[in-house]
Amino acid sequence: MSRAVDPLLVVILLLNFALLGTSRLRAVINGTAAQGVALGALLVAVHVETSWHTLLLAAVTVALKGVLIPGMLNRAMRDAAIRREVEPIVGFIPSLLLGGVGTGAALLFARTLPLAPQHVGSLLVSASLSTVLTGFLLLTTRRKAITQVTGYLILENGVFIMGLLLVEAMPFLVELGVLLDLLVAIFVMGIIINHINREFSSLDTARLTALKEE
Amino acid sequence: MVLALALVLVPLGLAPVAFLLPSERWRPWLLPLGGAARLALTAAALPRQDVTALSGWLQLDALGKVLLLLLDVLFFLCALYAPAYLKMRASRDNRALCGCMLAFLGTSGLVAQAHHLGLLWVAIEATTLASAPTLYFNRNTRSLEATWKYLLIGSVGIALALLGSFFLAYSAVRGGAGSSLLVEDLVRDAARLSPAWLHAAFIFLFVGYGTKMGLAPMHTWKPDAYGEAPGLVGTLLAGGLTGCAFLAVLRFFQICQAAGQAAFARQIMIAAGLVSMLVAGAFMARQRDYKRMLAYSSVEHMGILVLGVGVGGGALFGALLHLLNNGLTKGVMFLSAGNIHRAFGSRLTTEVSGALRRVPVSGALFLAGFFAVTGTPPFGPFISEFIILRAAMQGDQVWVAVVFLVAITVVFLGMGATVLQIVQGEPRPGREPTGFRDTALTVGPPLALLALVLLLGVYLPPPLQALLAEAARALEPRS
Repeated sequence: MSRAVDPLLVVILLLNFALLGTSRLRAVINGTAAQGVALGALLVAVHVETSWHTLLLAAVTVALKGVLIPGMLNRAMRDAAIRREVEPIVGFIPSLLLGGVGTGAALLFARTLPLAPQHVGSLLVSASLSTVLTGFLLLTTRRKAITQVTGYLILENGVFIMGLLLVEAMPFLVELGVLLDLLVAIFVMGIIINHINREFSSLDTARLTALKEE
Repeated sequence: MVLALALVLVPLGLAPVAFLLPSERWRPWLLPLGGAARLALTAAALPRQDVTALSGWLQLDALGKVLLLLLDVLFFLCALYAPAYLKMRASRDNRALCGCMLAFLGTSGLVAQAHHLGLLWVAIEATTLASAPTLYFNRNTRSLEATWKYLLIGSVGIALALLGSFFLAYSAVRGGAGSSLLVEDLVRDAARLSPAWLHAAFIFLFVGYGTKMGLAPMHTWKPDAYGEAPGLVGTLLAGGLTGCAFLAVLRFFQICQAAGQAAFARQIMIAAGLVSMLVAGAFMARQRDYKRMLAYSSVEHMGILVLGVGVGGGALFGALLHLLNNGLTKGVMFLSAGNIHRAFGSRLTTEVSGALRRVPVSGALFLAGFFAVTGTPPFGPFISEFIILRAAMQGDQVWVAVVFLVAITVVFLGMGATVLQIVQGEPRPGREPTGFRDTALTVGPPLALLALVLLLGVYLPPPLQALLAEAARALEPRS
């Protein structure tokens, strides 16, 4: 594992906070894209020896998480002509505070888990859990479908970081399956975003409230 | 080798055919074709011990066989129901429904056989994606909302399950148990798994796959999805998809059991099971929408399944038998509820009554299904619930048995009030007949399902008994 790993993880953590604190959808999508690129770099950094396999996988990661999916989201945003997340269920400052508390809790929890010798002292586990929490927060407290999809992406990014502990143990096929599944999930969500857009003339999932107990 | 792959690829291969076939009228007949083909393949695979492919990544063991049997019987009978149903709904495009149902059948075959943790995860995710478009069959805002919730909540569950799988893999790496993610290897080297990581892994996996099963409090997608989906899709979700997620939970329970950490997993499962049963009971009281009521019934029965595994001992056999009983009974209820919905054009008890008069067979099936699903003798669920209850009493878990009894009584009363309102009395004035009548093709499949539920209640065929016992042994501690 190279020395670049921990600085990259710090960048990812800072991006988490940036995402929690902003209301502009463009900034949320760009932040997600930046995190995708950082993940690609992280994938190269955790490998002791850089192989073609690693570079290829990193390239696919950056292409998917950094370019393709943010591009799809940007297009959906333009088509729907919305710019801002308004009136989130939990405000931006409280979201930041919750994110801070969550990151602290992730650091504490990660310390209770015994690490293999080559990983001791690394931030990987706590960064992973903190990113998962950030994604979960975005997913549950925002109203726009686009922000919810980015929340899901951030959550998947957190899971991805955890997977980096296992680069030796994970066969290529599973890694690829992970990425493919993500793409398909987002693809299906994209279709649905289009339908929500057409049915309700907006991307506000708060209007999806017909189904509930009375 | 060929058989293991055929179980997945034959239905999966028919899915593009369904998408390409231009005829709305002939396309639904692909479903019984695919269902019959898979049923035949499963029948060929059941007596064999050597159904395996891709160097052990796919293997059909006793647990997988139980799930496969349930899936194929349910799918085949639903498929027989489909052409008549889709003919009634001719105004809706059935391309996505037929194609995705076949894709679901194929991917569920993958779940039943996957013995590699990564592959199992991919397969479960695939079943989610394949089933999502079927919820959007009605193409209105309500079904859109249900699909969105299903996809988003389901995907989060799946993501947490992946995190749990990584934790489990790391517990093997940390403990020096090698780098294989095959269930067999993990079970063999279970003693070397790192307990702290294994515990964290089980929590994430249980929450993740529990979301897909629809255990409380992660069940919120269920009432919406089952309420908006056509009856035959509801059957496949409530009987089939939840069974797939249950199998995933069982695989990880197997590993915990082998690692000697089952006590931890069992506590979680007992608690989650009882909470699910109680939550379901609370939401079923005064439920006015009878399809949402079925969703809460599904939450209850998912609770019974994990509770059975948590209680352990004889209850393991009971839980596996209950998997079959619940799936088949849900088929009876969803299909007959779909018929009643067609005959009245409403899903609310405030508007529907006198189902026994307007659609006598469907009404009677719905009523019989209610008695079966609430555990009334002589139907199958009574036997399986009784086995679980008896094991809880014998295993010194009397308080579990008490809460269990309270919960099923509350469910019986709440559900009974709704069901009786629907089937009894006269159709309300102003609710004119929609032209729907019971026909052989719309009541035949639920009738066949009810016959099976009744059969399981009075006579358990010895080969099935042996299969269930073998599957239960796989979940017991190794002596």
